[in-house]
Amino acid sequence: MGSIAITNGTLVDGGGTRRADLLIQNGIIAEVGERLEGDTVIDADGLVVTPGFVDLQVHFREPGGEEAETIQTGSRGAALGGFTAVVVMPNTTPTIDSAAAVRQIHDLSIDALCEVMPSAAITVDRDGEALTPMAELVRSGVRMFTDDGVGVQDARVMRTALEYASGLSHLADGFEIVLAQHCEVNALAAGGAMHEGDWSSRLGMPGQPAEAEELMIARDIALARLTGGRVHFQHVSTARGVDLIRAAKTEGLKVTGEATPHHLSLDHSAVASFDSVFKVNPPLRTPADVAAIKAGLLDGTLDAIATDHAPHTRQDKERPFLDAPPGMLGVETAFAIANTELDADIEKLVELLSINPARIAGIDDRHGGPIEAGRPANLALLDLDEEWTITGAALASRSSNTPFEGRSVRGKIRHTIWNGDLVVTSGEATR
Amino acid sequence: MRRNGARHLLSMADLDRDDIEQILNLTGSFAEVGERSIPKVPALRGKTIAWLFYEDSTRTRLSFETAAKRLSADTMNFSVSSSSVNKGESLRDTIETIAAMGIDGVVVRHRAAGAPQQVADWTDAAVINAGDGWHQHPTQGLLDLYTATSHLGDLDGKHIAIVGDIKHSRVARSNAIGFATMGARVTLAGPPTLLPPSLDGWPVEVTHDLDAVIDELDICYLLRMQLERQKQAVVPTLREYHHECGLTSARADRLGAEALIMHPGPMNRGVEIAGEVADRPNAVITEQVANGVSVRMAVLFLLLGAGLQPVDESAVGGGLAVA
Repeated sequence: MGSIAITNGTLVDGGGTRRADLLIQNGIIAEVGERLEGDTVIDADGLVVTPGFVDLQVHFREPGGEEAETIQTGSRGAALGGFTAVVVMPNTTPTIDSAAAVRQIHDLSIDALCEVMPSAAITVDRDGEALTPMAELVRSGVRMFTDDGVGVQDARVMRTALEYASGLSHLADGFEIVLAQHCEVNALAAGGAMHEGDWSSRLGMPGQPAEAEELMIARDIALARLTGGRVHFQHVSTARGVDLIRAAKTEGLKVTGEATPHHLSLDHSAVASFDSVFKVNPPLRTPADVAAIKAGLLDGTLDAIATDHAPHTRQDKERPFLDAPPGMLGVETAFAIANTELDADIEKLVELLSINPARIAGIDDRHGGPIEAGRPANLALLDLDEEWTITGAALASRSSNTPFEGRSVRGKIRHTIWNGDLVVTSGEATR
Repeated sequence: MRRNGARHLLSMADLDRDDIEQILNLTGSFAEVGERSIPKVPALRGKTIAWLFYEDSTRTRLSFETAAKRLSADTMNFSVSSSSVNKGESLRDTIETIAAMGIDGVVVRHRAAGAPQQVADWTDAAVINAGDGWHQHPTQGLLDLYTATSHLGDLDGKHIAIVGDIKHSRVARSNAIGFATMGARVTLAGPPTLLPPSLDGWPVEVTHDLDAVIDELDICYLLRMQLERQKQAVVPTLREYHHECGLTSARADRLGAEALIMHPGPMNRGVEIAGEVADRPNAVITEQVANGVSVRMAVLFLLLGAGLQPVDESAVGGGLAVA
C-alpha cells in the first residue's frame, strides 16, 4: 500500500480547527504538516477532514437476515456515509450471546469496508432472563452489551447485569463496560405500531405512549445510581426522556444517550401515508419531541447520533403498516440529515458522529481522533455544501427502506479512509 | 374520492358535503331499483369486481355482493385465509396477482389500518375500503347517513351521540366525520378507556355520561361492544358497562319520540342495547342493513360505472332499465 497525502484540507477533530496536510503511511497518520507529498495525492481544498464516524447502533442482518443486508453491503454503506467503525447489534440469528457468535461476526467481517465491532446480548437469546457469559464476551472483544430491539423488562435482571458488568473493567484495559438499553416498557408499548397521540387516534392505529420509553429511562437511571454501572440510552425519542437524562448527568451518574437521524427530522404525521417505511421502533414522535431531541444533541445531553440502520426487504416492508417490521436505513444518509437538519457547526457534528461515540464504544484508541501523527488513519473527507437528493435505490444497502426518499440534503462524504485504506474515493466505494 | 388519478373510496375524510349528497341522492334512486319485481339493472355489465376480505365479514360482504349483482357486475372472490398474512405474502404481491386477472374494482377489508390505502397505491383499479382495522368503514358511514336523512331530513344541527367503544371502532371514526360534515352535532360517549388517546382535531364533543345528553338526542348510535374488552380489563364487567353506557330501557324511554336508535350490527343484546329496545319502532337497525345494499350500489356505480363525470339523477334513471 503506497502512501496517501491529503493536501489543503481543513482538519476538524475537537482539537482546534486548522488547515494542514496529512501523510498516511502503513495505515497510520505518519505526519501532519505543510506541503506533504505521497504516492496518491488527494486535494482536499474546500473539504473538511474529520476522524471517521462511529455508529453505535447498526443492524447488518448477518448472520440470519442476508436477504435484507450483509456485513459487506452494510459496511459499504457505512463507509459511503463516512463511518470507519460501527457497532453491530446482537439481534441476529443466532443471537450474539456467546464468544463463538462474536468470532463468527469477526469472520464475516473479513471483507468489510469499516471496523465491525460486535455488541453482545445482555441476556441469553435476548429473552430478558439469564445473563450471557459477559466476562467471556468481554475477553473476546465486546465492550457494549444490549438486548437491542427489546428492553430488559425485569429490573432485577438489569440491576444484576449492571452490577456484574461493573466488575469486568480489568478484562477491558480499564474500560468501563457499558450496557445499552432500548428503553420501552412492554406492558405499555406491546401491540403499538406508532406513537400514541393525535395521529394514532385519527388513523385508528394502536399506539405506543411516550411514557413507555420514559419509564424505562427513569428506571435505568435509578439502577445506574444503585449500582454505579454505566448505562447508554439508545435512540432516545421523547422530550421527557431527554429531560431525565439531562438531570441524571447533572447528578453525575454514568449515563450517555444517542438519537437517530430520523428522530431528529421526522414526526408521526408521516404515518398518515400508511407507508410502512415510516414504521420504526421507537416510533416517530411529535414535533415537540423532535425539537427536544435536537436541543438535547446541541446541549450535550445526548452524546451521539447513531443510525439504528435497520434494513428490511421490499416484501417485508410491503406488508400492511400494522404487520410490517419496524426499521429504517440510516448509515449512508446520517451525516447529510444531521448537517441539513441540525443547527450545529461542523465541530459539533464531529463530536456527535465521531468523538463521543468512539469513546462510548471503547474504541477511541483508534477512532474519533485526534488527527495527529501516530494515530491509525481513520478519516472522513466531507463536502459540507454539496447538495444531493436521497433515493433508496441508489444506496449501497441490499434494502431500500429509507424514510428520506426524494429529500434534498446538504453535505456529502467524498472520501473515507479506514486504516489507511481508501475505501471510498470521490463518493464511490472502492470495493 | 380521487387518489393517484384513480377513483377510490378509502375514508369518509375523502368526501365533502357535495360528494356525500351526490351519493345519497343516487342511493335513493337505487333503493327504488331494489323495490322492483326484478331488482336488477345493467349499469355495471362487463365490469369485474374482486372481493379481498382479509378479515371475516358476513354482512358487509353479502351487502356488497348483492349490490354488485343488482348492477350486473361480474364478481370474483380472492379467498384470503387469515393465515396468508402470517405466512408473509406481501399485500402488494396479492393485489398485483388479482389485478393481473383484469379487474375494474376491488373491495378490501383488512384488520390492519391503512391496508386499502396501500392497495390503492399499487393498482389502477378502483379501491373501496370495506373496513380497515380501527380506521375507517366509509360505506357504513354513508349508509348510516342515508338512513338518518331518510327519517330526519337535513342533518344540520341534529344531535347524534356515538356511544361505546370509540377507540377500537372504524364505524365511529367514519361516522364522526360523516355526520359532522353533514352539519350534525356529534357527541362521543363512553368511558375513558374506550375513547381514543387524543381527540385533537376531531369535530366532536365528548362525555362520559350518556344521561347528560340522552334527552336531547336526535340519534343514539350504539357501537358493538367487543366481548373480549372485558378480558382486556378496559371495562370491569359487561353488566356494569350495560348499566353505565348501554341503551337501557329507562334511557330509551327518555329519547324523544322521533329520535332514532341505530347500531351497525351485529348487536349484543343486553350489553350495549337492552334486548327489548332493539325492537322498538324507532330502532332502525334492519333498515340500516337494507340501505347498505343501495348505498353500495351507488358507490360502485359512481366509481366504476359512469366514468369521471358526476352523475345527475335523470341520467341515472335513464340508465336504469330493467335487465
